[in-house]
Amino acid sequence: MSRISKNKYDNFKADRSKFPQMENGKAIIDLDSHKFTKLWQGPQHPGVTGNMAVELTISGDEIVQAKTHVGYLHRGFEKLLERRKYIQCFTIVCRICVPEPDTNEYCYSTAVEELAGIEIPEKAKWIRTLNMEMSRLASFLMWLGGQAGSLGMGAIGQWTVGMRDFWLDLFEEMTGGRIYHMYMIPGGVRKDLPEGFIMRAKHLVVETRKLLFDIEKSFFNNAIIKSRLKCLGIITPEMVDEYGIVGPNARASGKEYDVRMNNPYLKYPELDIKMITSMGGDAFTRAEVRYQEIHQTLDLISQILDKIPEKGEIQAKIPNVVNWKIPTGETYVKAESTRGEHGFYVVSDGTKYPRRVYNRGASYTQAISVLEKLAVNTSISDLAGLMVSLHTCPPEIER
Amino acid sequence: MSLKDIISPFNVWKRAAQKPWTIKDPLNDRPGADNYRGFHKNDFDKCVGCGTCEDICQNAAIDLVPVQTVETDMSDSGLRPKIDYGRCCWCALCVDVCPTGSLTMSNDYTWVTDDPEEYRFIPGADKMKWDDCEKGYKRAENFQLIDFDRIKMNELGVEERSSSFIEMVKGYSKEQAIEEAERCLECGICVARCPAHMDIPEYIKAIREDDIELAVQILYKTNPFSASCGRICTHHCEDVCSLAHNGEPIAIRWLKRYILDQVSPEEISKILKDIIQTNNKKIAIIGAGPGGLSAAYYLRLLGYEIEIFESNEKGGGMLRYGIPEYRLPYDQLDKDIDYIVSLGVKINYNTKISEEAKFNEIYNSHDALFISPGLWNSIPVNITGEELPNVISGIDLLNKVTNKEEIDLGSKVAVIGGGNSAMDAARTAKRLGADVEIYYRRRIEDMPADVEEIEEAQDENVKFFPQTTPLEIKKDGSGLKFIWGNNKMIYEEGKRPKPVLIKGETFETNLDTFIIAIGQNADLSFLPTEIRDNIETKWGKVVVNELGQTSVEKVFSGGDASNSKADAVSAIADGHKAAVGIDRYLNK
Repeated sequence: MSRISKNKYDNFKADRSKFPQMENGKAIIDLDSHKFTKLWQGPQHPGVTGNMAVELTISGDEIVQAKTHVGYLHRGFEKLLERRKYIQCFTIVCRICVPEPDTNEYCYSTAVEELAGIEIPEKAKWIRTLNMEMSRLASFLMWLGGQAGSLGMGAIGQWTVGMRDFWLDLFEEMTGGRIYHMYMIPGGVRKDLPEGFIMRAKHLVVETRKLLFDIEKSFFNNAIIKSRLKCLGIITPEMVDEYGIVGPNARASGKEYDVRMNNPYLKYPELDIKMITSMGGDAFTRAEVRYQEIHQTLDLISQILDKIPEKGEIQAKIPNVVNWKIPTGETYVKAESTRGEHGFYVVSDGTKYPRRVYNRGASYTQAISVLEKLAVNTSISDLAGLMVSLHTCPPEIER
Repeated sequence: MSLKDIISPFNVWKRAAQKPWTIKDPLNDRPGADNYRGFHKNDFDKCVGCGTCEDICQNAAIDLVPVQTVETDMSDSGLRPKIDYGRCCWCALCVDVCPTGSLTMSNDYTWVTDDPEEYRFIPGADKMKWDDCEKGYKRAENFQLIDFDRIKMNELGVEERSSSFIEMVKGYSKEQAIEEAERCLECGICVARCPAHMDIPEYIKAIREDDIELAVQILYKTNPFSASCGRICTHHCEDVCSLAHNGEPIAIRWLKRYILDQVSPEEISKILKDIIQTNNKKIAIIGAGPGGLSAAYYLRLLGYEIEIFESNEKGGGMLRYGIPEYRLPYDQLDKDIDYIVSLGVKINYNTKISEEAKFNEIYNSHDALFISPGLWNSIPVNITGEELPNVISGIDLLNKVTNKEEIDLGSKVAVIGGGNSAMDAARTAKRLGADVEIYYRRRIEDMPADVEEIEEAQDENVKFFPQTTPLEIKKDGSGLKFIWGNNKMIYEEGKRPKPVLIKGETFETNLDTFIIAIGQNADLSFLPTEIRDNIETKWGKVVVNELGQTSVEKVFSGGDASNSKADAVSAIADGHKAAVGIDRYLNK
């Protein structure tokens, strides 16, 4: 743009003839005109967040229409749950989101506890809070690597995924599993923290902060990243409620909504936590908000590690799970995942099996309607970065 | 955009000089966490093949299969879990619900083999490289998904119960019973152990679903004495309950009682709707105890005409005359008997078969006979002074109490023996106002009586003198002088410890009454010589085949007189078995 002289720029008139004509808000795309090309990004493509596809109509390298296609990942979780006893479900719910399984575990377990009228012990609540924040951190680290990688900066991805692995080591110690923890179970948690865990976790918090310092220098203070992310995919404050956008995506557009503060659960009321918002609404602001939330999460982990009681029960008394019948009722439990409000609606009909389990993840709108709107007028090369900046997790779309 | 933004990204090179995080040999340098959910291990010594792991596995990755090295017995199904690693998701729910704690996981990460079939393996049977691995996932002690604690039974206080014959166990309420029934894992090991093979998991399920009618129907399929058995059964089923390995077994006996407590005698016939189609064949039964009556019940259902000969004035046998009222109230026993009688079973009370002619008449006028005379002869201790007037047998005492005869035991009573009869005699004597002492030749833990009977006797202030041998009884004024010696135990591997008298250590105690309760014998003198000579006996018991038939074709036998367990439920099982045997014999 700078190479075009002021004079020329004034007279510059883009050739819009290649763009589709609009009729009643819908683009008329005539592929026979040879002005447009259909291009599929995904389902097998490194620039796609998971198993989904975006069907693009491009003109040159500019996207004129985007359509999200899902269905590559459908495993029918919600239906599977209806045929399993309440206790058996916790092994499935975590699979709804691979990078951040614990939010599902928490929501499902809490929903069952609410329906059964069980209050879990204090220590179990602390451990769950720690688990949730650790899982947010691991998910954010993965996102950060993805965001940098989608713009061609592979080094950050290697650092953050490496660091995430150290956190997975801690998960392994704590829960017995690295990816699917299957740790929060209706009634409490399955194990107490192992010996020396708190020391190791505190040490890792320091190490992660050091890494974040390097990432700030190389990723956020980076001319290329800024030029590519700034003004990309702007979510205006008006769009937030209209599209049902939640989480960092909404907070980056000035929406003050965080489940941890608006509807506090677990031990969050006892922790020092402040809402992080910004007004930019573009991909770079979203990255900045997430970056600050990583710091916030590290801070919360430190607070929890200091406050977690040394002794205490980890499980409330529950009946024999083989014959566990939950009284009739329905409930909705939500929690803040890295992508925003994540909820479980559970209906029980008094039998051993849940009547209906419905899961609502933030990606449902963010990867379909929001992405389809924001992708228009961006270039193909920016689409991957845009998708990651919305932090999509396709399994949430097709439970 | 500033110059800083252009220079700053070069920071990435800083990390290029750092030591890499990658572990070169992860399998050796980085073992799994102590708690890692790796591959399965199964401790065959602990595993009983209950199948709870198979039930709970949401991937259906576990199958229970027979294993050559494991033998099926009363407390072990003989099956072991086979795990399909093509289906397993390593959630370790099977480990958490394992009631015996036999199933655990190692912390091993990898297993490579070129034969996919190997990924279906039986942990414990197939030797695996991680078998000796100490670390790995185990159920935490303070975490349990199955309920190991039994719902407490309401009982009369010690004071109240040791002075009266009111039933001491009050029974479960509906809520308690359902809660207790919810603990059941439905493994069914109890079914094999129960002599009558009652369908325990099914009736517990019926309680859980609050379907009492179905529960009653299930009970009567195998046991027409559920009101009684629900109170006094020796409940061996509870000994093998898979929950008993790490906690308290399901209160199977109390749950059975709960079912019958919910229905009145009239309701039983409405629920069962037993229809009899008479087939005009006649069966005689000698002895209206639990064995004789259950044979009568099942034979009657098959259409036979039943005539029972009973020497006492009421039916029930040992249940009435050998078990005190505070354990089994007579109205509950009557409830069981009345239903059987209501089906058209004829009982001749006060009919003792003492002459050969009478027996022969019965023998000839009926198509088959079932004899269940019970054990009524007390075994003597064989010491001097046993013939003295204040020396009585436990069974005599219980008999007299049932018949409401006048009994004067005096103030101090000694009971000799360690079985349930000895406990019953001692606790009955206690209720009659005496101070009671129990003498037994082995240790308390060797006593054949139920643990709860022993504990309850101790609670009621009955004093125990284990490792003692009676030596002599003398007359001392109006009372007795009892001389006894101390025993030491000699241990031999694989055998019960043997009591041996310590020479020179003798003691004396003054008593008013001495009760002998060391066991009873069958009295088969009612049988004509010809039949008695032909009937095979072993250790004083009538030998029968698997369907209750004796060596005299037409005569079947059951109950205490022929089985060595000498408890009510075995007698009931004998009766049911003989009913099948008689039916086959008469229709072959």
